[in-house]
Amino acid sequence: MTNTNANRKSFFSRFAAIALLGGTAVIATAAARGIGKTSTAYAPIPVHTETEKIIGQEVAVLTDAPSVPAPITRDHATKVIVNLDVVEKKMRLADGVEYTMWTFGGSVPGKFIRVREGDLVELHLKNAASSTMPHNIDLHAVTGPGGGAKTSLTVPGQESIFTFTALNPGLFVYHCATAPVPMHMANGMYGMILVEPKEGLAKVDREFYVMQSEFYTKGDFGAKGLQDLDMEKGVEEKPTYVVFNGAVDALTGDKALKAKAGERVRIFVGDAGPNLTSSFHVIGEVFDNVYVEGGTVAQHNVQTTIIPAGGSTIVEFGVENPGDLILVDHSIFRAFNKGTLGMLKVEGKENKKIFAAVKGLGVAGE
Amino acid sequence: MLAAKLALVLSGMSVIPQGTYSPLYAAKGAERVAVRAFALDREPVTRGDFLEFVKKNPAWRRSVIGTRADKGYLEDWKGDLAAGDAKDLRKPVTSVSRSAAYAYCTAKGKRLPTPDEWEYAAAASETKRDASRERSFISRLISFYTKRSASKIAAVGGSAPNVYGVRDMHELVWEWTADPHAAHKGHGDHMYCASSAIGAADPSNYPAFMRATVRSTLNDKTTLRTLGFRCAANA
Repeated sequence: MTNTNANRKSFFSRFAAIALLGGTAVIATAAARGIGKTSTAYAPIPVHTETEKIIGQEVAVLTDAPSVPAPITRDHATKVIVNLDVVEKKMRLADGVEYTMWTFGGSVPGKFIRVREGDLVELHLKNAASSTMPHNIDLHAVTGPGGGAKTSLTVPGQESIFTFTALNPGLFVYHCATAPVPMHMANGMYGMILVEPKEGLAKVDREFYVMQSEFYTKGDFGAKGLQDLDMEKGVEEKPTYVVFNGAVDALTGDKALKAKAGERVRIFVGDAGPNLTSSFHVIGEVFDNVYVEGGTVAQHNVQTTIIPAGGSTIVEFGVENPGDLILVDHSIFRAFNKGTLGMLKVEGKENKKIFAAVKGLGVAGE
Repeated sequence: MLAAKLALVLSGMSVIPQGTYSPLYAAKGAERVAVRAFALDREPVTRGDFLEFVKKNPAWRRSVIGTRADKGYLEDWKGDLAAGDAKDLRKPVTSVSRSAAYAYCTAKGKRLPTPDEWEYAAAASETKRDASRERSFISRLISFYTKRSASKIAAVGGSAPNVYGVRDMHELVWEWTADPHAAHKGHGDHMYCASSAIGAADPSNYPAFMRATVRSTLNDKTTLRTLGFRCAANA
């Protein structure tokens, strides 16, 4: 009996802690149960009516993965013109394997967009005349109908324009939302937009853009030639490929990410899905900071972080020693058999205080 | 009656018998829509066919089209009457506006198929009148649609005819219908995001979604490099 009561109390305490984030109505309930005062941090729920003063105008510099546009140094909001060109083209999915990708900007994942909280973004979506399909864009950073999708359906050879104010800071996925949506996403139509908080992000030495996604092909993993979408595999959520940055080996060999020992690294990681949640992990590192789900709250000292489909995360860590750090989805069959492998090559001086091989097969001279 | 049918067949049309089909967005209680018998061109209208039309109807030549079509009108022709070599003339005509397609069919004593007629005839495979729920058929259409390339359009007549003797409804290009917006009427402006699946008769029919999306973007003046047409007639 006592035990039961204790359990119940503990349950309510936890419930209250969660509820505190939810708003005053729930807090009142919690208070009525005698949990305590509500003066501790609870998040306001702003309904924006005013926007920051817009000074000037610029054209956004967009980058292909794994590059990221330079940090924003402005201390004011501006009008940012984003030019995104939709291109349908055959691209490499793996060695000897091609796939007709539908892209934002000619690559998968699509161009990385970087703006500042408060910016007025004017998005120009152009669909190449050579396309066969209409396309649109839904940016998760947009407060508006369909995240922009409703007004941006664009036929081949034409352009759509809409504007939005970047109200919420964070790292957001964008994707094509033209029916049938799963097909447009399975064919490569996604990317990310970073809305930097007004105060900016902490200075680091390296920033990278990595996005995980799945491909569903008629042929097995590695089957050569031009591959078709296998809709059945998509519906069953059984991908043939799960990759970083649009292809097997997009982040290995010559294309590995590079850093030097002693540097601080930030990776903007997205998961386009279309189906799977990622258990993102870097073998040989611990994430010092993880901005969970690409939001504002930092978790620390994390081994593996979960990224929802259509979501993101920002991981930060210092690299202490030279060597190859391996990026994986720790749902490890995916990494081993479906392509979810990347590499961060760290060069520099060894720090044996942090790690030293003493005896074993891998020790030189043994 | 027989003579009339014979005339249609001789003019390159197939008679499609009456029947029903399952539209992507059906009204409640009307999951299958009845379609009356009609005649449909067995092949899409070719560049060669359209060249003959503009020779006789100068108003539809590129140089005088003006604001009656988008600027891409017949853009792959080298001039008003320069539609390409013998190979090009066998390709389906594309980059034509709906008004131009309408005028062409009218000049032939025909008309554009309604979306219901087009979809009904297009549901047929080589062996079945309604293959629209068959996985292998859906899969083939997805493959055709995604392999479609504005720069590599094949000649008409290269594919196997469907059960009605009609060819190339899926293999080559999108095709105009009489009322491009009928197919998603009642679905309002929700042809985006996952909401387009709401009310869909068969959410697995991706080819039907693709056709509906293309149609939803068209107006009378639109021209696309992968959009052509064929004509229909009453049977």
